[in-house]
Amino acid sequence: MGIRERLSGNEAAAIAMKQINPDVVAAFPITPSTEIPQYFSTFVSNGSVDTEFVAVESEHSAMSACVGAEAAGARAMTATSANGLSYMWEMIYIASSLRLPIVMSLVNRAVSGPLNIHNDHSDAMGVRDAGWIMLFSENNQEAYDNLIMAHRIAEHKDVLLPLMVCQDGFITSHSIENIELIEDNKVKEFVGTYKPEHYLLNDKEPIAIGPLDVQSYLFEHKYQQAESMRAAKQVIADVAADFEKMTGRKYSFFEEYQMEDAEIAVVCMNSTAGTTKTVVDELRQKGIKAGMVKIRVFRPFPAEELAKSLGNLRALAVMDKADSLNAAGGALFEDVVSGMYTAKKQVPTVNYVYGIGGRDTTVKDIYEVYDYLQTVVKTGEIDNPYRYVGLRK
Amino acid sequence: MATHIDKNTPASKMTIGGNIYEAGNAKEFKTGDWRSIRPVYIPEKCKQCGLCFPVCPEDAIPVNKQQNREDFNFDYCKGCGICAKVCPFKAIEMVDEGN
Amino acid sequence: MAYNLKEVVTNKPSRFTSGHRMCAGCGAPPVARMILRALKPEDHAVISNATGCMEVSSFMYPYTAWTDSFIHTAFENAASTCSGVEAAYKSMKRQGKLPEDKHTKFITFGGDGGTYDIGIQALSGAMERGHDMVYVCYDNGAYMNTGIQRSSATPKFADTTTSPAGTVIPGKMQSRKDLTEIMVSHHLPYVAQTISYMNFKDLYEKAEKAIYTEGPCFLNVLSPCPRGWGYPTDSLMDINKLAVETCYWPLYEVVDGKYKITYKPAKKLPIEEFLKPQKRFKHMFKPGNEWMIAEFQKEVDTRWNELLALEEMSNKITE
Repeated sequence: MGIRERLSGNEAAAIAMKQINPDVVAAFPITPSTEIPQYFSTFVSNGSVDTEFVAVESEHSAMSACVGAEAAGARAMTATSANGLSYMWEMIYIASSLRLPIVMSLVNRAVSGPLNIHNDHSDAMGVRDAGWIMLFSENNQEAYDNLIMAHRIAEHKDVLLPLMVCQDGFITSHSIENIELIEDNKVKEFVGTYKPEHYLLNDKEPIAIGPLDVQSYLFEHKYQQAESMRAAKQVIADVAADFEKMTGRKYSFFEEYQMEDAEIAVVCMNSTAGTTKTVVDELRQKGIKAGMVKIRVFRPFPAEELAKSLGNLRALAVMDKADSLNAAGGALFEDVVSGMYTAKKQVPTVNYVYGIGGRDTTVKDIYEVYDYLQTVVKTGEIDNPYRYVGLRK
Repeated sequence: MATHIDKNTPASKMTIGGNIYEAGNAKEFKTGDWRSIRPVYIPEKCKQCGLCFPVCPEDAIPVNKQQNREDFNFDYCKGCGICAKVCPFKAIEMVDEGN
Repeated sequence: MAYNLKEVVTNKPSRFTSGHRMCAGCGAPPVARMILRALKPEDHAVISNATGCMEVSSFMYPYTAWTDSFIHTAFENAASTCSGVEAAYKSMKRQGKLPEDKHTKFITFGGDGGTYDIGIQALSGAMERGHDMVYVCYDNGAYMNTGIQRSSATPKFADTTTSPAGTVIPGKMQSRKDLTEIMVSHHLPYVAQTISYMNFKDLYEKAEKAIYTEGPCFLNVLSPCPRGWGYPTDSLMDINKLAVETCYWPLYEVVDGKYKITYKPAKKLPIEEFLKPQKRFKHMFKPGNEWMIAEFQKEVDTRWNELLALEEMSNKITE
């Protein structure tokens, strides 16, 4: 039986970190993730964790210190948002290429510029090819649960990749909602201890990390990373199965909502799923066969599984909370469409860019998307696949 | 393990991330063929003052337990000539590698 | 125990091996090797290294020249990477996850590009946070790894590939940043400036103090580059001597704020002696450019006099 609480998404992330009790946390303040290191440094100051907290002078140093700590043989965690992640960008790639299972809370926010502190997914989309496992969370509960599962996935010998748990800035990070926490001892047992095979602080086996990797070797090292990302799918599924045994809460690569007989559907991530579910419920009452798919595991991308889930629809909309500014659709749209094409599933599909810079996405906006899908079904035509909702053109 | 990694090694047999678990294995990589001039050690002139020991960038001047230097390790010597220049007794002479 | 070169070389193993790929005559390997010899043989070390000549030449997959644990991640963050390793050590030691009787020391190497310029923020942060580590800058006065571009450590008037001595602009027109003084302003327990000179006593003793003083310590070591400076590969120790004897590179240490000049030349040599053997200063010796040498001399004199005054003042304060 869990512990019933009321917490914001940031509090939930901080409590998960406290229960995980990592060896090192290195972080730098940035809205809207600042509260995570704030809460966590309180745990450190009050002696309720064993962690060494490194109050670095920048996000670049936050990720550098995490890389150093993880390579040393420690469990290292951090939290950031938007420009903080942009400033880490170089080290994000290095963390994954050095195969260090660092875990990060990414509280999604628009990347500058112009400066905007509110939610969209442009920060996460900027690192989608960086070799990190990326889990998205609809609410505080999912942000918490994903963090509890994170180390088991990242540290698995078949994986050894860093992992970020995303949640929407302010919308979930600062909203207080009900949550069911897991008992400390159960988390401790579930997460287990970190036992790296090779690490810097092992004086019996000094090692060297981070070479100059010339033309004869880098390709193979990148292939190893790619193979681990493929292998991560099974590990993510196995860890979710164990998690379900402990909590009763079931997690898959994505959540299917009213998809069994759906004819039109929306694919989205994070908090927008909550709004979309409300619309789906209302449409269903009107007899419209609407459904929704909410991506939880964005990297590795469950292309085959999604194609299977979406393949029989009559029209599909993919919602991107970041504009790729490429004249050809958002990142999630491209991933979904290429997955379907490869699996020979031809469904009329449109892309909606929405919610940029914290633009509120209302029930009305989601209706507009489903309305258009119904038009597509009726007419069999898409006048423009690259669409916006909630924008003043 | 690293010893067996070369440009023909498949990804499945390479260490992950470019890690190396045998510290100091660069010794297996010989740099002596970089040399165009070579130092000649003249023991009769050497007073074992030690000034040449630490200046060698290649650590190619072996020092024995009696704290005396021995002849150069030509596996690594790149022929820079720093040792010859610091020797107060002219006990090291630089000659063309061809000779 | 008094320093004895032969004993140190015989009894303390080299921890930076042969088989690295630094250029013939490079000034950096003797520096790195002697600093590591200052470690107690029984102590383990973790070396953090900024991207640069030393890194790409010492750890080219699959060969490492370091006998201790080593980590390189990027150019600007050797200090923050090291700070993470040190934080892990503190945390794991406290939790009993590491053997109690074994000590690990943390040493970072960066060139002047990775230290004075792109890495100064990470360095400043790591030093301010008080990590128990030593940061060693091997200063060769330009971005040598990418082909001799000017850095903020490049001396005034030097000809580099991004401050070329041209017909209108005669080389780098700005003065060299004084990083050692910037580090002194961080109020660290130990800061020193040193070089490979004579029997390496100054370098060894300062390295030993830095490694075994608790807290963040900083060493700035001038490390000539025959290719970038334009002198014959055999002349390393001559150039080092001239850098010291002209007071271009004063040898001093600052212990808890107290300055001590560890070598005062009996007769300070004119700066021409240091400049003349180096091609990067060749244009300064053309007729009509005497003002450049005079200006360079003036700057060296001013800085040396300031240092003498700082030594005197800090001695008075701590009396």
